[in-house]
Amino acid sequence: MDDLLLLAWTLAKILLIAVPLIVAVAFFTLAERKVIGWMQVRLGPTEIGPLALAQPFADTAKMLFKELVMPRNADRFLYILAPLLTLAPAFAAWAVIPFDQGVALSQIDAGLLYLLAMTSLGVYGVILAGWASNSKYAFLGAMRSAAQIVSYEIAMGFALVCVIVASGSLNIEKIVLAQAGNAGFFEWFWLPLLPMFVVYFISGVAETNRAPFDVAEGESEIVAGFHVEYSGAAFAVFFLAEYANMILISLLAAIMFLGGWLSPFQGWIGGFLGEPSFLWLFAKASIFAFCYLWFRATFPRYRYDQIMRLGWKVFIPITIVWVAVIAVLIVAKVVERGV
Amino acid sequence: MNYESYLFLALATLLVIAAGAVVTLRNPVHAAMSLVLTFFTSAMLWILLRAEFLGITLVLVYVGAVMVLFLFVVMMLDINVVPLREGFARYLPVGLLVAGIMAAQMVAVLGGHHFGLERYTAPPAVIEGSNTAALGQLLYTGYVYPFEIAAVILLVAIVAAIALTHRRREGVKLQDPGKQTMVRKADRLRVVKMPSDTREGHGA
Amino acid sequence: MGAITHYFKSLMLKELLVGLSLTGRYFFRPKYTLRYPEEKAPKSNRFRGLHALRRYPNGEERCIACKLCEAVCPALAITIDSEQRADGTRRTTRYEIDLFKCIFCGFCEESCPVDSIVETDISEYHFETRGENVVGKQQLLAIGDRFEKQIAAARALDAPYR
Repeated sequence: MDDLLLLAWTLAKILLIAVPLIVAVAFFTLAERKVIGWMQVRLGPTEIGPLALAQPFADTAKMLFKELVMPRNADRFLYILAPLLTLAPAFAAWAVIPFDQGVALSQIDAGLLYLLAMTSLGVYGVILAGWASNSKYAFLGAMRSAAQIVSYEIAMGFALVCVIVASGSLNIEKIVLAQAGNAGFFEWFWLPLLPMFVVYFISGVAETNRAPFDVAEGESEIVAGFHVEYSGAAFAVFFLAEYANMILISLLAAIMFLGGWLSPFQGWIGGFLGEPSFLWLFAKASIFAFCYLWFRATFPRYRYDQIMRLGWKVFIPITIVWVAVIAVLIVAKVVERGV
Repeated sequence: MNYESYLFLALATLLVIAAGAVVTLRNPVHAAMSLVLTFFTSAMLWILLRAEFLGITLVLVYVGAVMVLFLFVVMMLDINVVPLREGFARYLPVGLLVAGIMAAQMVAVLGGHHFGLERYTAPPAVIEGSNTAALGQLLYTGYVYPFEIAAVILLVAIVAAIALTHRRREGVKLQDPGKQTMVRKADRLRVVKMPSDTREGHGA
Repeated sequence: MGAITHYFKSLMLKELLVGLSLTGRYFFRPKYTLRYPEEKAPKSNRFRGLHALRRYPNGEERCIACKLCEAVCPALAITIDSEQRADGTRRTTRYEIDLFKCIFCGFCEESCPVDSIVETDISEYHFETRGENVVGKQQLLAIGDRFEKQIAAARALDAPYR
C-alpha cells in the first residue's frame, strides 16, 4: 500500500514537471518566431489570439491532425521507436533538476553524472530515425548530428568536471549551494570558470543541434536532416524533444555557472530581491534561452569540418587545460572550494 | 515478495530476453539496439543494488559512447544476411565447445561448492550516504596504482590508434580555416597606380 | 604581432559579439511589416492593375475596335472581333483579355486613341474556376461602370504629365 502511494505521489510530481515543461516548449516556439522576427525587423506571428498567444496551440493542433506518412521501405518498428527514444531521455533528464532548495523529483548524489548519461542517450533517437527512414538525406543528417553530439559531449563533460572540482560534489543541489556567499554574483562559478562557462554554453548549442551548429538539418544540403521522413505527430515529438533539451541546457547553465536559485544580490541587500527563489532560476534560464534564439538570428551556419575542428581542436584542449588550472587554483586556495 | 523483488524479476526477465535477442536477431542494427537495451537493464539492476555510480557510468560509457560508435559502424555496412548464415554449420562444433566450457565455468563458480556466497564475508554492503565518494576514496587510495596503470594503458591505446591512422596525404586540397581567417587585405590586394588619361577631348 | 592580436581577438569572440550587438540593436528597431489586410501601402495613381473598358458620359462605349491594343500587346493577351453596327459605326463583338498572359505593362492603355481600355488600381481579385482568367467585354465594361469615378480621378491627376 505504501509502495502504491509512493508511486502515485511520484507520478504526480512527474506530471508537475512534465506538463509545465510541455507548455514552456509551446511558448518557447512562439518566442523563437517572435524574437527572430523582431531581429529581422519583422513582426513575427500576430494573428492567432491576443498577442498571438494562441499560436502554439494552433500549431500543435495542426501537427497532431496531419497524416502520418511512413516511407514504404522503412524499418517500421525502429521508425516508430526513434521519436520516443529522443523524447524519453530529454524528459528523463529533468528528474534531477532542483528548482529550489529541496525541490527536485529526485536528489541523487550522482545527479550530474545521471544528467550526462541521459543527454548522451538522446543521440540514439537521431541515429535510428536516420537509419530507419531508409532515405539518404535522413541518413546523412543522422550521421552528421550523431558525430556532432558525441564530439561536443566530451567538451561539455570536461566543462562540467571543472564545476565538480570547484564545488566538490556531483549532487546538483550541493553544486548550487557551493556558490552561495555574501558577495552576490561574484561568488558564482562563472567567474573562476569563465572559459568553461562559454565553452559549456556553446557546446550546449552544438549538442542540441541548434544554429549555428544545425548542419544536421542544413536545408540547403540535406533538406531537413534526420527527420525528413517524419510528419505530423511523430515530427512534433522530435520538435518537443529538441526544445525540451534547449530549455534543459539553459537551466543547467544557470544552475552550474550562475548560482541556480541564488539571488545575485545576496549579502548586499535584504528583502525579496536578496532572497534565493526559484524565480531567479527561471530568470537566469530565460537569459540563456533567449541567447539560443539570438544566436540563431545572428550567425550563419558553420561548415561541418569547422564544427568538428572547433569541438576537437579548440574546446577539448581548453577544457583540459582549465581542469588543471582550476585544480591548482583550489589547492593554492585562490578559489575557495564549496560545500 | 516485496516491491524490489518484483522490480528485480521484471528487469532480469527483460535482460535475459534482450541478451537472447542480441544473438538471435538477423538484422545487425536490431541486434545492436538489443545490446543497448541489455546494458540499460543491467545498469538498472546495479542501481537496484544501490551501486548508482556504477550503474550510471555503465549507461554513460557503454550506452552513451561505445554503442553509438558501434551502431555507426554497423549502419555503414551493407550486410547481406544470407552469407552470414553460410558458416553456421562449419563453426558449430567450435561454438558448442566454447559454450560448453563457459557453462562448466559458470556451474563451477555459481555452484556454491567452492565459491559460494557463504564462503565470503559479506562486503560492508550499503555504504551509508554517497557511494560515489566511497568509490573515489578507494580508487585514489588503496587502488591508486592499478587505477593509474589502467589510465596509462588507455592513454597509450589512444596515442597508438591516432599514430596508426594519422598520416599526411599528398595532393589533398584541404582548407585551413585558421589561414583563411588570417588573410588580410594587404596579402591579396595590390593597388596599381596608373597615370591618368590627360589627352585633349577626353574627360568632362 | 598581427598574428597574436588576431589570435586574442578570435579567442575573445570579438567578431561574434559585434554580430550579436548588431542583431541586438535591430531587436528594438521599429518594424517594417505592414499588416496587410488592415494596413496597405500607398498606391500611385499610375498603378496598373485590373483592366476596365470605359464609356462616354452618354453611355456609349468608347472602344471603336481599332485593334491598336491588340497589336501592341507584347503578351498577345488581347483578342478583338468587330462588326459594323446598324448606325454605321464600328464596334467590338468580342473583347477578351487573358489575365494569365497579361504582364500589366500598360501598353494597351497608352495606345488607345479614345481612352477606352484602362488599367485600374485594383490589385485584389481572384479566380475560382479555370477559364475565369479570360475576362470578356461585358465584364470589362461592368468594371469600368463600377469604378468610373476612381478611374477618372486617377486620369485627371496624371493628366499634366501626359
